[in-house]
Amino acid sequence: MTTPRTVSRRDFISTGLAAAGGLVVGFALPGGGRRLLAGEESPDGVLNAFVRIAADDSVTILLKHAEMGQGISTSLPMAVAEELGCDWSRIRVEHAPAAPAYFHTAFGIQVTGGSTSTWESFEQMRKAGATARVMLVETAAEAWGIPASDCRVENGVVLAGDRRATFGSLAAAAGRRTPPDSVALKAPKDWTLIGKSTKRLEGADKSAGRAVFGLDVRRPGQVFAAVARPPHFGGTVASFDPARAKATPGVVDVVAVPSGVAVIAKSTWAAWRGVSALEVTWKDGPGAGVSTRTLLEEYRALARTPGLKAAAKGDAEAALGKAAKIIEAEYDVPYLAHAPMEPLNVTVELGPTACDIWTGTQMPTTDVAAAARVLGLDPSKIRLHTPWLGGGFGRRANPRADFVAEACEIAKRVRGPVQVAWSREDDIRGGYYRPMWASRLRAALGAGGLPTAWSHTIVGQSIIAGTPFAMMIQDGVDGTSVEGAANSPYLAGIPDFRVGLHSPVGPVPVLWWRSVGHSHTAFVVESFLDELAHAAGIDPLEYRRSLLRNHARHLGVLNLAAETFGWGRPLPEGRAAGLAVHESFGSFVAQAAEVSLEGGRIRVHRVACAVDCGPVVNPAGVEAQMQSGIVFGLTAALRGEITLHRGQVQQSNFHDYPILRLSDMPEVTVRIVNSTEPMGGVGEPGVPPIAPAVANAVFSLTGKRLRSLPLRLP
Amino acid sequence: MKLTVNGREQDVDVAPEMPLLWVLRDTLGLTGTKFGCGMSQCGVCTVHVDGKAVRSCTTMMSSVEGKSVTTIEGLAADPGHPVLRAWHELDVVQCGWCQPGQVMGAAALVAKNASPTDAEIVSGMNGHLCRCGTYGRILAGVRRAAEIGRTK
Repeated sequence: MTTPRTVSRRDFISTGLAAAGGLVVGFALPGGGRRLLAGEESPDGVLNAFVRIAADDSVTILLKHAEMGQGISTSLPMAVAEELGCDWSRIRVEHAPAAPAYFHTAFGIQVTGGSTSTWESFEQMRKAGATARVMLVETAAEAWGIPASDCRVENGVVLAGDRRATFGSLAAAAGRRTPPDSVALKAPKDWTLIGKSTKRLEGADKSAGRAVFGLDVRRPGQVFAAVARPPHFGGTVASFDPARAKATPGVVDVVAVPSGVAVIAKSTWAAWRGVSALEVTWKDGPGAGVSTRTLLEEYRALARTPGLKAAAKGDAEAALGKAAKIIEAEYDVPYLAHAPMEPLNVTVELGPTACDIWTGTQMPTTDVAAAARVLGLDPSKIRLHTPWLGGGFGRRANPRADFVAEACEIAKRVRGPVQVAWSREDDIRGGYYRPMWASRLRAALGAGGLPTAWSHTIVGQSIIAGTPFAMMIQDGVDGTSVEGAANSPYLAGIPDFRVGLHSPVGPVPVLWWRSVGHSHTAFVVESFLDELAHAAGIDPLEYRRSLLRNHARHLGVLNLAAETFGWGRPLPEGRAAGLAVHESFGSFVAQAAEVSLEGGRIRVHRVACAVDCGPVVNPAGVEAQMQSGIVFGLTAALRGEITLHRGQVQQSNFHDYPILRLSDMPEVTVRIVNSTEPMGGVGEPGVPPIAPAVANAVFSLTGKRLRSLPLRLP
Repeated sequence: MKLTVNGREQDVDVAPEMPLLWVLRDTLGLTGTKFGCGMSQCGVCTVHVDGKAVRSCTTMMSSVEGKSVTTIEGLAADPGHPVLRAWHELDVVQCGWCQPGQVMGAAALVAKNASPTDAEIVSGMNGHLCRCGTYGRILAGVRRAAEIGRTK
């Protein structure tokens, strides 16, 4: 997601007495309506708590962002605990419910995306912790008849001389106090927890199978549902015969829904068997004839025409027309499925006047809106519960709320709670892919070999067109289509450049996929830059250093990655190196990769990665996200491809949509730049540089420039 | 049909061709074992049948009748299990969906081979996919689990 990099400061601290008699600290929206008074958590339950301290000394931290593997369930509690001074072992985390108090301060809805969670919540979480600490200390000081300044806090205990009181023993009285108007936050130099590698809070529960994910939700009397969806995008049901499905053991019912035909059963397995037994006649829709092979040809043709202006300076065409030396290349990348290991699922329990929904989601606000619309209920009557997410990568952040809306359609037609589970085939063939992209680039090289003119035309579907995010489209240009290309640091020193965009409309549904536009622009720009370096006869590292001399953070990670890798040192026979650097989501990442060929297949042996994401909350988490991004990016670089032939998605499961395996895993070294620059994200920025780093290494090894993903040697 | 799950005898009234995975999850309510692909491609659903790691998504109920099944719930009844300890020490987990299967696979591997080489770990664990890319830590985790197991 494209991120406005500002956090609005409209929070009002609100505190009160928890229902169970403890202290609760939260943030209320301004304007009165949701500003809470001390005394009750909220009129109808817990609607805005960020931190709860209970009589048993437990500290519950509510996450307004979803934990889907990226580690915010640990980094955000670290921010709270730094200021609160609680006992780390007594911290529990819960996903917050869907409520306006948890809206993203930059996006204006409740959402996890754009690698924003830690920096976006950093101040709120520290404020919540500091407010609670001040109120606990004031409570103790008052009881002891001493000034608050004589008290200190250690590991969940307020201390003064030989007096001590645990947070739990103070919580109820603290909850009746008026919160302080403002709290002072620690200076970074005084941090003791922030910046220290900390293990994942819920790790043990997940390893032991105790953690409850969406698909693990079990309600009394729950039935299981699966859906037969059209074989191509935009298709509809012409007619169906439920007889064979209904005769399948375990099948309870068959119901038509707008997205297809749903089979209700006593187990997920029986529901899937019922779907296989269904006889459905489908009516063609707009996607019936789509083939990616012909679509890519159309994209390539479009890329040879200028498109809308996304960025420009001077007159690129005129400069290219006069140039003595022009380098030209065309690149493309395919549609990609997110394929989170936990397939999509939703559990809906519809009551007479309200509805409970459990689903691993990155975008609760649009899910609640969709559920309310489908069920004919006021949004306040929808209670959305977010269990742990078995991966998300963007697929669980759908502004169109496809999986939630469909599950509510089913729930309307079923008595009692129902869980809708997607099979892997449903997931791989279900659309909402990373768009297919084509690019055409031309550059003129000057006397010193550096580019003097640059033209880049991008073709691909807009992710946000037709969604509530469409308001971010400016002059027809969806920023998520060109991010990383229209603002490439290499453009700064080029007198004449133009970046153009075509956004063809198509029937294949598209969505943000981990690193969004950067997932194609980094590959294209960093590969093309390598072509220019080669044409200029300059080492790729030196070439980048020349162009990035005024971009300190790019240069910093580039040099650190090169040093860590040992760039320029001789490599074993049959191996070669490539590198790439890219900024995304407020962070800067450079990666160098060593590759060889094994039986015609590209093998990546090791990767050196350097990241500058500003101040680091949890170094272990940053390292894990860089490793994770590299693996995710390598799957796209070496394996991932969704193709369509006459409307039919040709992949279906991990045998034909392979993802990286342990045997493919390179040795990864991550170095983190010590930085006081603004905090950026880490969930996505590790992904973009790896594909070009590998492609550049393959060129160095073979002399073959691979301009399509996944990388395949002819 | 009868089978033993985590030491407890169970009698289930299901179709003989029903995969063990769904018997565990939907009939017995043991949701620690996860679903990932349904065709033995990802290892997420791994359990032990008579001590051997199997993919429960393609194991028919009829083939485990009368046998002893251990799921992640059964293994984790011992929180000091070398694999769980190693997983915690190395902070292996990210989203966590694949990890019960990884743990079951790793436990079977180190039970069979107390000192696996890296190549043996890779070949033993290669059927376990992880979309979050925790592979580096999985490799290190199995090494460490074997080490803990040897000194136990």
